[in-house]
Amino acid sequence: MKIELVVNGEHRTVHCEQRTLLADLLRSQLGLTGTHIGCDTSQCGCCTVHVDGQAVKSCTMLAAQAEGCSVVTIEGLAKGDRLHAVQQAFSACHGLQCGFCTPGMIMASVDLLKRHPAPTDEQIREGLAGNLCRCTGYVNIVAAVKTAAAQLAAAPSAAGHGDRT
Amino acid sequence: MYPFTYQRAAGLAQAVASLKADPQAKVLAGGMTLLPSMKHRLAAPSCLIDIARLPELHGIRLDGQSLIVGAANRHGEIATDATVLASLPALAALAGQIGDPQVRARGTLGGAIANNDPAADYPAAVLGCRAEIATDRRSIAADDYFQGMFTTALQADEIITAIRFERPRRAAYAKFAHAASGYAMTGVFVAQFDDSVRVAVTGAGPCVFRWEAAEAALARDFSTAAVQALTLPADGLNADQHAPAEYRAHLAQLMTVRAVAHITGHAA
Repeated sequence: MKIELVVNGEHRTVHCEQRTLLADLLRSQLGLTGTHIGCDTSQCGCCTVHVDGQAVKSCTMLAAQAEGCSVVTIEGLAKGDRLHAVQQAFSACHGLQCGFCTPGMIMASVDLLKRHPAPTDEQIREGLAGNLCRCTGYVNIVAAVKTAAAQLAAAPSAAGHGDRT
Repeated sequence: MYPFTYQRAAGLAQAVASLKADPQAKVLAGGMTLLPSMKHRLAAPSCLIDIARLPELHGIRLDGQSLIVGAANRHGEIATDATVLASLPALAALAGQIGDPQVRARGTLGGAIANNDPAADYPAAVLGCRAEIATDRRSIAADDYFQGMFTTALQADEIITAIRFERPRRAAYAKFAHAASGYAMTGVFVAQFDDSVRVAVTGAGPCVFRWEAAEAALARDFSTAAVQALTLPADGLNADQHAPAEYRAHLAQLMTVRAVAHITGHAA
């Protein structure tokens, strides 16, 4: 089937099977392998992308359901060489170890900071409840989200292409 | 996933006709249960009829004493909608406890009610609020709707369009969530109406049910003391690797006390 959608600001027309998952379309057909697939039970959140501005699990959505939507993946967050504030904060706070969950964590964090620009620890943990990390114990991830929140409050332009989501 | 055909419904009547024409077809709303089931090959529909964008399935509004929520409204919308927060805050709070933010961005009220998972949250609110389930052809009282594990009064080609909640004077939902899945090990929705009290229990049995002894006790005396000494018989409740039936019976009583405490503002 033919699907038209916008991916990271670019209009795309793709042909795929009707059963193709959005995560597979992004990874296999569009080469956007930053979106990871870490489970087959919709629990790990590694595949989190934004669809029309909301964080969703792209492994639990058909590509066909995204027809006409605007999709932003981890590749679409940075502005050229300038990382999004949340990406910078994950790096600065060492909010990762192996990095596998990180794209999903960052996409979920950007979404949660839109809903809670000055989040409490509890709001951060609740906002990331759909994302699993097997390495960090989450402490540095929470610290990274707090750091990013402060940075975004001080300089909203640090959102990179966050405005696109 | 086995191959299937995908069809975006052009309208409600067309979606119903497609279901009628193909008994193996299924309705797709948020897909938060259906798609994982298909990935695991627990479900293999021939065709998915996507109704999520049908405008007639969207909309949250007050109608007299009722709050009407569209079947395709998503959990995240219901949790944050100003009308729901003002008129039935217990429903907003319940919706905000479902799954995780990504799931709440996709999953729908109608989908959850049609699926009738024994551990789902919404059935407790629907039964607790004496709701009516509106479909493409009729309106079904919640008391008649929930019939058993994953079983409802819906016909095979029937589609839910909206849920009409009767607004109680006061209400609260208390849930003991499974630590990994977030589903209700047991959840209790308590609703106090001018003429009666409803206590609806989800997660504990094969299907949501009313705890009539607790309703009678709370109708006499709406306080935590009234339900503090009650015991729900464990017969027929769910027993699995997570908890035996007796534990769920205990949770039902405890969640009832907590819901009442939340309403009255007294400590449980």
